[in-house]
Amino acid sequence: MTTLASRRHSVLPGFHLALGYTLFYLCLIVLIPLSAAFIKTFGLTWESFWATVTAPRVLASYRLTFGMSLLAALINAGFGLLVAWVLVRYRFPGKRVIDSLVDLPFALPTAVAGIALTAVYATNGWLGAPLNAAGIKVAFTPLGILVALTFIGLPFVVRTVQPVLEDMEAELEEAAQSLGANAWQTFWRVILPTVTPAVITGFTLAFARALGEYGSVIFIAGNMPMISEITPLIIITKLEQYDYSGATAVAVVMLVSSFVLLFVINALQWWVRRRRGEERL
Amino acid sequence: MSAVLPLSIPVPAATPAVRPRVRWVPAALIAVALAYLALFLFVPLAAVFFEALKKGFGFYLDAIREPDAWSAIGLTFTAAIIAVPLNLVFGVAAAWAIAKFDFRGKSLLITLIDLPFSVSPVISGLIYVLIFGLQGWLGPWLAEHDVRVIFAVPGIVLATIFVTFPFVARELIPLMQAQGREEEEAAAVLGASGWQTLWYVTLPNVKWGILYGVILCNARAMGEFGAVSVVSGHIRGLTNTLPLHVEILYNEYNFAAAFACASLLALLALVTLGIKTFVELRQEHET
Repeated sequence: MTTLASRRHSVLPGFHLALGYTLFYLCLIVLIPLSAAFIKTFGLTWESFWATVTAPRVLASYRLTFGMSLLAALINAGFGLLVAWVLVRYRFPGKRVIDSLVDLPFALPTAVAGIALTAVYATNGWLGAPLNAAGIKVAFTPLGILVALTFIGLPFVVRTVQPVLEDMEAELEEAAQSLGANAWQTFWRVILPTVTPAVITGFTLAFARALGEYGSVIFIAGNMPMISEITPLIIITKLEQYDYSGATAVAVVMLVSSFVLLFVINALQWWVRRRRGEERL
Repeated sequence: MSAVLPLSIPVPAATPAVRPRVRWVPAALIAVALAYLALFLFVPLAAVFFEALKKGFGFYLDAIREPDAWSAIGLTFTAAIIAVPLNLVFGVAAAWAIAKFDFRGKSLLITLIDLPFSVSPVISGLIYVLIFGLQGWLGPWLAEHDVRVIFAVPGIVLATIFVTFPFVARELIPLMQAQGREEEEAAAVLGASGWQTLWYVTLPNVKWGILYGVILCNARAMGEFGAVSVVSGHIRGLTNTLPLHVEILYNEYNFAAAFACASLLALLALVTLGIKTFVELRQEHET
């Protein structure tokens, strides 16, 4: 605490009260409850912890959650870049409304998203019926999980790339074109290198969000053990069987992986800021 | 070209400084982008309202006016009314400390404030079960004094506070950092007390940021599903929030009623996005 409080001289009052309350509330709501998960696992022996988090059904859920989150984030990286480009560079009717609706996955409760996607992609749904006729089943298969995770990760890449494209001068592209580059070369050599850090940041955020997602997935997944059961559902199932230490062990594995991702995101943003700062100098 | 006309002099008209853009490319890009948004956003959103009104408007109203739905709406509001102001006060305090003062460990503190965003909603509920549940740290003591937290309203409120914890703070911190300290320092030098400075100088400057943070916080508080699901126990009429009520109706194959309640939450989301866009326009206008 004393290191935190070593402030420089300031004429403004309220530092100790504001920081004190911030730390108190942070500990009370976030840090102490989160530490409970780690302390609970210390009650387990290493063998039983390891046996719980590497059980075949749990391993299958990691593969599914991780794989589908990665795929969904990749889809969103590509299409998110496209949507950001279209929203920044072109004019078309309804653009303002569409721009606002991109944030829908942030505002729409996940349970609502879950039942809506299930209704649309079920075999008798608006999009599920034609897909089913083409031999593709979406709802109640791993593909349905992919759809739900793509939905909840949709805004991230759009919102990280948009400001970068807005800041990018059109002169840069015009210069490239007047020097003889075609549209494809301009994209690969000029635009893509500029937006890549933002795309990677958005991709990582979407990936991190997808890893922990629960509400939108469980309705559309079908939740078959070994096939379409995500890791958060494993935790719920263990809780319903009053297996608190088992649930906590799996939760700790998830927590550690999301903290690692959080660290990667912070490092990425630091790297991007430094790169941008150097370019400005 | 040069192979066909080896001796011709370059004609300016044939090589314009900037090549004319291919006309169909923007149209095609817009079409692909809209198709992607339609598949994942617009069609599911439309489906909520379509399914809700499938059995007619009378059925829709009945589904919303049913007592269990009403108590779910009431609990959803209760949780938001407690969680949002608490996180608002925290957000202002955190932003004041971080933006107006220098101290070591500041970036660590910002990272810790963002922590609830990277925790799975299911785990956000689980950690409170580990503390307040019957087998938890405080469980036996609470049971002795006949206080229920888990499978009761306090647990739902706590889980809601956790998942909406960072919203106001992460909105206010960068905003107040960008605005600097000069105005507050001038107020302090002129003899304003700390509270006066906060109330008359700082808060008016960040009012749109506060509104922005509060509506996003509120949307998440009212819509949270995973965390609340773990601590609620799903007792109808007692510990069901609106999203949990939607789940129960849906699992009972009462689809039209489930979508009717879901449409209320979808409307809330649309209103949230509307206010958000309005605030963004105001901020653009002011700068």
